[in-house]
Amino acid sequence: MFLKELTELSGVSGYEYEVRNYIKNKLKEIDCEYYIDKLGNVIAHNKGRKNKTIMVAAHMDEVGLIVRQIDSKGLIKFEAVGGIDQRVLNSKVVLVGDNKIPGVIGSKAVHLMSKEERGKSLPIDKLYIDIGTDSKEETEKLVSIGDYVSFKSDYVEFGDNMIKGKALDDRVGCSILLELLSMKLDADFYGVFTVMEEVGLRGAETAAYQLEPDLGIVLEGTVSADMPEVEDYYKTTIIGKGAALSIMDNATVYDIDVVREVAKIAEDNNIQYQYRTSGAGGNDAGAIHKTKKGAKVVSISIPCRYIHSSVSVASKNDYENVLRLTKEVILENQKGD
Amino acid sequence: MFNSELMKKLSDCFGPSGREKYIRELIIDEIKDYVDEISTDPLGNLIARKKGSGKKIMFSAHMDQIGLIVTHVDEKGFLRFTNVGGLKAKNLLGLHMVFANGLEGVICQEELKDKEKLTMGKLFLDVGVTDKEFVKQNFRVGDMCVFKSQYYETEDCVICKAADDRVGCYILIEALKNHPNTDNDVYYVFSVQEEVGCRGAKTAGYSINPDLAIAVDVTATGDTPDEIIMEVKLDGGAAIKIKDNSLIVHPEVKDMLTYLSEKNNIKYQYEILEFGGTDAGPIHLSREGVPSGVISIPTRNLHTSGEIFSKKDVEECIKLVRAAAGH
Repeated sequence: MFLKELTELSGVSGYEYEVRNYIKNKLKEIDCEYYIDKLGNVIAHNKGRKNKTIMVAAHMDEVGLIVRQIDSKGLIKFEAVGGIDQRVLNSKVVLVGDNKIPGVIGSKAVHLMSKEERGKSLPIDKLYIDIGTDSKEETEKLVSIGDYVSFKSDYVEFGDNMIKGKALDDRVGCSILLELLSMKLDADFYGVFTVMEEVGLRGAETAAYQLEPDLGIVLEGTVSADMPEVEDYYKTTIIGKGAALSIMDNATVYDIDVVREVAKIAEDNNIQYQYRTSGAGGNDAGAIHKTKKGAKVVSISIPCRYIHSSVSVASKNDYENVLRLTKEVILENQKGD
Repeated sequence: MFNSELMKKLSDCFGPSGREKYIRELIIDEIKDYVDEISTDPLGNLIARKKGSGKKIMFSAHMDQIGLIVTHVDEKGFLRFTNVGGLKAKNLLGLHMVFANGLEGVICQEELKDKEKLTMGKLFLDVGVTDKEFVKQNFRVGDMCVFKSQYYETEDCVICKAADDRVGCYILIEALKNHPNTDNDVYYVFSVQEEVGCRGAKTAGYSINPDLAIAVDVTATGDTPDEIIMEVKLDGGAAIKIKDNSLIVHPEVKDMLTYLSEKNNIKYQYEILEFGGTDAGPIHLSREGVPSGVISIPTRNLHTSGEIFSKKDVEECIKLVRAAAGH
């Protein structure tokens, strides 16, 4: 498991360098063949027995912020990159730019808020990043427009086999994919660490174009809605209940026969699974299945609470179940006669 | 002569987006003796070919229909669901639905004070079974269901479910059975997953790589009380599309379809749709680009269990498809 290292790296969509470099080094360590494509996807190849072309995808990028303006007092105005949960931004610690300048997201104090403003989450244009400077010039020495900003959030293991960190969506997928590549299975697959999923499944599209997979397996951190106020039928996935298999989302109607096959593999191997029961959201599968002549796809996800915030929570048991299930699915699809 | 038996079979066949197996099998059965080649691609598109050495033409009508997908089966034996394709909660109340296995259910709502606030989450399916174990065994998360409604026909019109786009499939099947004598290399595609974003047409367009593409699909009309302002009407003939949200029809394709209509005495009307899109959307952007157009069937009450179209319009559309295939 590489989650501590992976979640503490910065990799906002379009600027995945740190994550990519980490993955490249790991791939060298385990002696796995790979190349980097034009958009920055890492495409690794695990050679082995082969019936079909399998592409296993996990995205490297995370949601974050980007600097758009520095005001006369040296405070930084920013925009969201990807679907940031605006409610959680205020009072967060962030790291700005390549030099990781520490900053805090601030707004005017609660005493100064009008009645209407109190009790509501502030929209992004009312927030700013404070890096402790007090002039435009001083800030400009440290930060430029276009610098990416990511949350600062330590990886923590706590409670009953739970983990907390930022960017679990989708460093959990990256970590599992690295583990799968380390296993040196006698089953052929491409392990693709994609870029720019959070801004519209962009990396996966070009990667699938190159590889023309017959089967795409997408490893994701997905939304868990197992909070007490949510009705049972709205709980998209439940943390601790195993690998989540998607049936439909905004980007893909999954081939139900393929999904049921994966469920059967889980049952046969005593792997805990659940269905992801929401029609909303979307992931790299949406791009992969529609590329060129088309492909079968399946999404195997780890439920994450508080996703797209700086403090996502996931279960190590779910992680293990996704890892085991993905391995079995690859082996089953590439087994000999 | 309108082939009522075929239209009824097509309308009654189960096939929501992503679950097109039965409708695909039905169409294969219907056309296999008339085509030179027939294949199914990875997403499930049915691609039938009448071989030729000339221009490569692709017709596309989608097989899938709108429906619902089960997201939760509760302890009491009720099913929760979400929509597959363009359906609104307020249009679903009280409707009868049917699953692939033939089991049925009716759409009920939780008690609501404010009807305007009705959302999909407040609706559930009652499958009329008190044996909870039976419900658990026979209804699973991921199962889909579609409208159940009786096919009905008058002298002029058909009222049925899934006219969108089984009437397009009907038109392609009838055109294919009377394929013109031509050098053109013609592909009749029965596509999947149009209702969730024209996904099948994207991959089929890529595989076929045609010189010309024409989608055959239903369009809205402006001829009912309080309807949208739109020129298209029932009995106005085949509708030649000019634009919708997914496509501005290539002027040469529009001109060609107009020319063919006039030359062959085919009744036609022009269509500008201010919403929606068809298979021609992704196809015309495929690879280096494909000049594309749409022949539309004027249809009232779209995306409901009773869509209404005119049999005369359908005949005109068949003639126009044949003319385009042979041009």
